[in-house]
Amino acid sequence: MAALLWIVPALPLLGFLLLFLAGGRASRLVTAIIGVGSTALAALLTLALAAWFLHAGQPIVRATLWQWIGVGGFTAPIGFELDALSLVMTLVITFVGFLIHLYSSEFMQHDDGYGRFFCYMNLFVASMLILVLADNLLLLFLGWEGVGLCSYLLIGFWYRDAANGRAARKAFIVTRVGDTAFMIGLLLLATHLGTLDIAALMERAQSAWPAGSALPTAAAALLLGGAVGKSAQLPLQTWLPDAMAGPTPVSALIHAATMVTAGVYLIARTHTLFNLAPSVQLALTLIGAATLLLAAFSALAQHDLKRILAYSTMSQIGYMFLALGVGAWTAAIFHFMTHAFFKALLFLAAGAVIMRIDDEHDIFRMGGLKRELPVAFWSFLIGAASLAALPLVTAGFYSKDMILWGAWNSGPRGPILWGAGLLGALLTPIYIFRAVFVVFFGERHTAPSGRYGARIVIPLALLSALALTAGFVDMPPALGNVTAFSRLLDPILPARQEVPTAASTEAAVMVIAALTALLGVGIAWWIYGRRAAAPARLFGTRPALALRRFWLCGWGFDWLYDCLLVRPFLWLARINRADGVDAFYGLIAAASRLFNRLLSRTESGRLRRYAGWIAAGSLAAIAIAMFA
Amino acid sequence: MEGSVPLAHAWVLAIVLFGLGLAGLLARRNLVFMLMSVEIMLNAAGLAFITAGARWGQADGQIMFILILTLAAAEVSVGLALILQLFYRSASVDADSARSLRD
Amino acid sequence: MTGLFYLAAAVAVIATALVVTRANAVHALLYLIVSLLAVAVVFYALGAPFAAALEVIIYAGAIMVLFVFVVMMLNLGPEAAGQERRWMSPGIWVGPALLSAVLIGELLYLLVSGALGAPNHAAAAIPGGAMRAAIEPRQVGMLLFGPYLLAVELGSMLLLAGLVGAYHLGRERAAEHG
Repeated sequence: MAALLWIVPALPLLGFLLLFLAGGRASRLVTAIIGVGSTALAALLTLALAAWFLHAGQPIVRATLWQWIGVGGFTAPIGFELDALSLVMTLVITFVGFLIHLYSSEFMQHDDGYGRFFCYMNLFVASMLILVLADNLLLLFLGWEGVGLCSYLLIGFWYRDAANGRAARKAFIVTRVGDTAFMIGLLLLATHLGTLDIAALMERAQSAWPAGSALPTAAAALLLGGAVGKSAQLPLQTWLPDAMAGPTPVSALIHAATMVTAGVYLIARTHTLFNLAPSVQLALTLIGAATLLLAAFSALAQHDLKRILAYSTMSQIGYMFLALGVGAWTAAIFHFMTHAFFKALLFLAAGAVIMRIDDEHDIFRMGGLKRELPVAFWSFLIGAASLAALPLVTAGFYSKDMILWGAWNSGPRGPILWGAGLLGALLTPIYIFRAVFVVFFGERHTAPSGRYGARIVIPLALLSALALTAGFVDMPPALGNVTAFSRLLDPILPARQEVPTAASTEAAVMVIAALTALLGVGIAWWIYGRRAAAPARLFGTRPALALRRFWLCGWGFDWLYDCLLVRPFLWLARINRADGVDAFYGLIAAASRLFNRLLSRTESGRLRRYAGWIAAGSLAAIAIAMFA
Repeated sequence: MEGSVPLAHAWVLAIVLFGLGLAGLLARRNLVFMLMSVEIMLNAAGLAFITAGARWGQADGQIMFILILTLAAAEVSVGLALILQLFYRSASVDADSARSLRD
Repeated sequence: MTGLFYLAAAVAVIATALVVTRANAVHALLYLIVSLLAVAVVFYALGAPFAAALEVIIYAGAIMVLFVFVVMMLNLGPEAAGQERRWMSPGIWVGPALLSAVLIGELLYLLVSGALGAPNHAAAAIPGGAMRAAIEPRQVGMLLFGPYLLAVELGSMLLLAGLVGAYHLGRERAAEHG
């Protein structure tokens, strides 16, 4: 059964190849069958593998295909590894991927680039699967780059509009900064430890490097740089809001459920290395906490529905980074799983709304759509509830609670981190229910048209179900102490040492989080649902407006990077327009032409001159013969 | 007949004649004079060979001289024919006037 | 014999110098013939009577006559002589004289330094005061038609080529008759 592991990424890759060779000439039906079918088959195969894996009881299953690189003692195979962590990732990627492909077969029905879309989407799924199933960091990097490429291709999918191309380039360039750090980190690991095979690497790192020394800190910091770029965290977070220029299924799959979580997966995979570098873990925590707050505040001020969700993604990944930083690896992966479900649900529901009101994105031009779009309303509401971590019934509650408990429990700084997480947990329901109330309640500004087919409704329904129930695999002690998920991941992601605390403290923390979520929903209802007058007056004041502008542009990071990096670079490019380095090569050409001119003068056509040169040449020859 | 001529002096003579011929070739513009200078140079070379043959007491030097003579004969006939052609075409035997084969 | 050699050498050098400096073509040719005859005498003094005879008969007798014929055909009159004098400004001699001087110097140096294999040993007379024996035509003939037979054949082919070439190139074409 392990031998079938390679088929999981190979199926979407085959789909990509077939669609690529078809070159857009295949009919819509055939394209949809290939595109959606490949991911469906991959999902089925993954389910079968999961069943077998859980019964077989081996913690790790490996399947090496062939040797990719073998040079000077360093080898890197094409090999896949299935363990609990990659199983969870693969299940989420294939299943959510399949649902999103199904949805987009109807969503993109009227688009010219139908074939191109599924081609790129299949390539993306294949790359993401390679990323999570790789057993060595070099193959992981291959998948990493592949998803980056597909992200670029899909953000700029509607290439005729130059703004989309700009957004795609921005995403690619910003993540490139992270990728460069990642590459340098890989080189450092390879040269010092001699291999990039993950298991061997972690072992050697633990035995060769003492905790806290320079080398593991450098390597972990570089890998963190890569993760920060891919997962849109501080300081490389500016690309994610602009990436919403792509089609909504793209935002759902790539920029919510999977690609942006690649950083989280990387850190979880190499957690042994991060354990050896406590300063990097601290940085990870701070980055996570800062990003989750920054993004939450920014989401409060947005009026484009997809940008609200983009900042929300940034914020939730901040939670995952926070969890990774304090060593709660399992909590981060649990939150990844629930986040994938409810965020994909939110994006697909948003897409469902947008496609029915003629591509209007501004929430203040929507309103009162609850009656006309019930499917979208209920899906969005369930997703919002899960995101806000409404207590007991939603999956998000359990995963966020695990993170908050991990933060509280993480040592002397714990309560401060918990406080930050709690503040985020207050802001999250505010911004998401702001969207709910403004879009679905109140008076209508745009009338919807059209209807939904089954391919829209089924994914929404399934994801809604998952967004409600996926949390029940791991429940805190106060509510039944289900630890199925933690036990599954325990061999790979060992639970960290917990500071012993009373059970009542844990229950108290959970209750506070639950109340905070409800408080947030209440505030959102008071401001946006009931449209109370006092908040409106407050928002009209000058400081409030300035604050809103500041949050709307994402805390001014675009402007900062423009001043610090873009303008100097463009200035340099401008002053070097004549290309000084090229002038050197121009000199060579000019010297050549000069010699040509000089030597052509000897070809004068005059016989006596030629005779003279022959005589002089023979003189020189004799002289050399004489004196040499 | 026999002789105890110092052979080095004979070579010196050949060298001087060759140098004179070279100077004439480079200095004169008339093609006929240039050809004459070439003949002088060939003759000097032949003298050098004869001297070499005398040094070893063998007839090989004279053989080389005969071959040089043959070469000079063929070369003169063709050269003079070319001069005639040039003269027919441009009514001049100026070497410097025939310089169309230039860059 | 040695006196004859030096005399003939002097004549040859002077006549050659006059050849390259004359303005009148026919004068130059006549001086050239004198030079060749002097060189023939030098050959005789060196013990190569056959070469001397060949020099006179073929070089001075046939090749120079060919020259004379062509000069006559070209009909270079007095104005040509005047042209020559105008072309032969003293300045024109600087470069060639320099080159020739350097060449002569180099070759003399080679001669004297023994790089050409100690000719000065042969400069002295054969020990015992015996004279160098002249090389008979008979020896030349035996060598020519023996080991050097191939060279003879090639030489004859060269002469044939020269003949055909000269015939073809020397034709006065009716269209370009000047």
